[in-house]
Amino acid sequence: MNFPDNLKYTKDHEWVRVEGNIAFIGITDFAQKELGDIVYVDINTIGEQVEKEAVFVTVEAVKTVSDLFMPIAGTVLEANSKIDSNPEVVNNDPYGEGWMIKAELTNPSDVDGLIDVQAYKALIGQ
Amino acid sequence: METASQLKHTALSEKHISLGAKMVPFAGYLMPVSYSGLNDEHHAVRNAAGIFDVSHMGEFKISGAGALDLIQRVTSNDASKLTEGKVQYSCLPNDKDGIVDDLLVYQIKADEYLLVVNASNIEKDWNWISKFNSDGVKMENVSDDVSLLAVQGPKALTILQSLTEVDLSLIPYYTFKIGKFSGIDNVIISNTGYTGAGGFELYFPNEAANKLWDDILKAGNTEGLKPAGLGCRDTLRLEMGFCLYGNDINDSTSPLEAGLGWITKFTKKFTNSENLLQQKEKGLTRKLVGFEMIERGIPRHDYPIVDASGNTIGVVTSGTQSPTLNRAIGMGYVKTEFSALHSEIFVVIRDKPIKARVAKIPFLNK
Repeated sequence: MNFPDNLKYTKDHEWVRVEGNIAFIGITDFAQKELGDIVYVDINTIGEQVEKEAVFVTVEAVKTVSDLFMPIAGTVLEANSKIDSNPEVVNNDPYGEGWMIKAELTNPSDVDGLIDVQAYKALIGQ
Repeated sequence: METASQLKHTALSEKHISLGAKMVPFAGYLMPVSYSGLNDEHHAVRNAAGIFDVSHMGEFKISGAGALDLIQRVTSNDASKLTEGKVQYSCLPNDKDGIVDDLLVYQIKADEYLLVVNASNIEKDWNWISKFNSDGVKMENVSDDVSLLAVQGPKALTILQSLTEVDLSLIPYYTFKIGKFSGIDNVIISNTGYTGAGGFELYFPNEAANKLWDDILKAGNTEGLKPAGLGCRDTLRLEMGFCLYGNDINDSTSPLEAGLGWITKFTKKFTNSENLLQQKEKGLTRKLVGFEMIERGIPRHDYPIVDASGNTIGVVTSGTQSPTLNRAIGMGYVKTEFSALHSEIFVVIRDKPIKARVAKIPFLNK
């Protein structure tokens, strides 16, 4: 499994890529493997200000459904339109084409609460 | 919930783990849910072949004088129609208009039957049938000694034929032969399955499990055979509209409501047959239907079904994204007035009614 070291992670198996006060958010390689074939990513928070830990996306795999919790407080600016028609890109390219949302940070200091790649790998026993 | 150490293993658990399967607790067993990926395995079964270890299933031998009589009293289908080498789908009705389990009844020979039951219900079924065994008919629970492999898909026959002298093309659907298979004597070779893809199920002693698993995988290597897990078993059976006990049928759903009238034969007496006949004559208040989603969303077990005004009219019992059709399908009970083909219904997904319509079962047109 692949875990880029330029990303921040959460214990809920999300990754966050921070560019200034903008954050791109997706799920990790570990998460997509656990979920299995993803068939629908339900995002209905576009334009909304979402609290930290609030549900911002629901991921439907063939076998299971899983809520994702906002790793940082932010306003959802954009959802990745590519995963609407091709949800399997989340399985195939979780850190690239499979990103889920782009959000504007409400509190830039939230980033300090995220974990780095070593801590994430330790968490999942890699 | 069982801890890992309390879970039972099949004879093949180590094989699955070494193949990299994702293992999950299921009906008290540690079972493979997927190997290469659910969709990949699903397509392998529809287009080539898949091999499933379903040794968790239960098997009871019922034999001797009175065997048929006992089976006739506890099952809804007419087992007197069976002859040696035939299989019948049936169910065990309870006395409260529900179903104890669904099962297969094999007539091995005159006065000797094999009942194949769901793993989660082995103990419940055993106790239930025993209660009706007033004549002391010989019953043996051989579940822990018997392994079961399902080899399913359009290439299954070709693959399996290379391992046996028994002419598989002479075993029609829902019949079986007992013969030598890959050097193992007395294997039950049954033209049955839970996928709608065609193929066979093989019953044999646990000791032969590792050999047969390896031999079949090797024989299927050039034909696209893949190990397949419980995950795709569920999507495959749902595309066919086959009921899953615990989801679509249970202790409080009647066989008639579940669309199992065709295996409920009122030409004989069986548990609760009088009440069920009454239910049939009075008319059903709810029915199990298939449906397909029109708006975007995946139906799941226990999601409510509502009408256009938001009134609850039923409940989803199974649902998934169909890998073959590439759209969301499901089954559920609805009030009879909403059960006609193409009726508009709504599945409540995350507090929102999402439009669906009643569809023909099987979902898959062969």
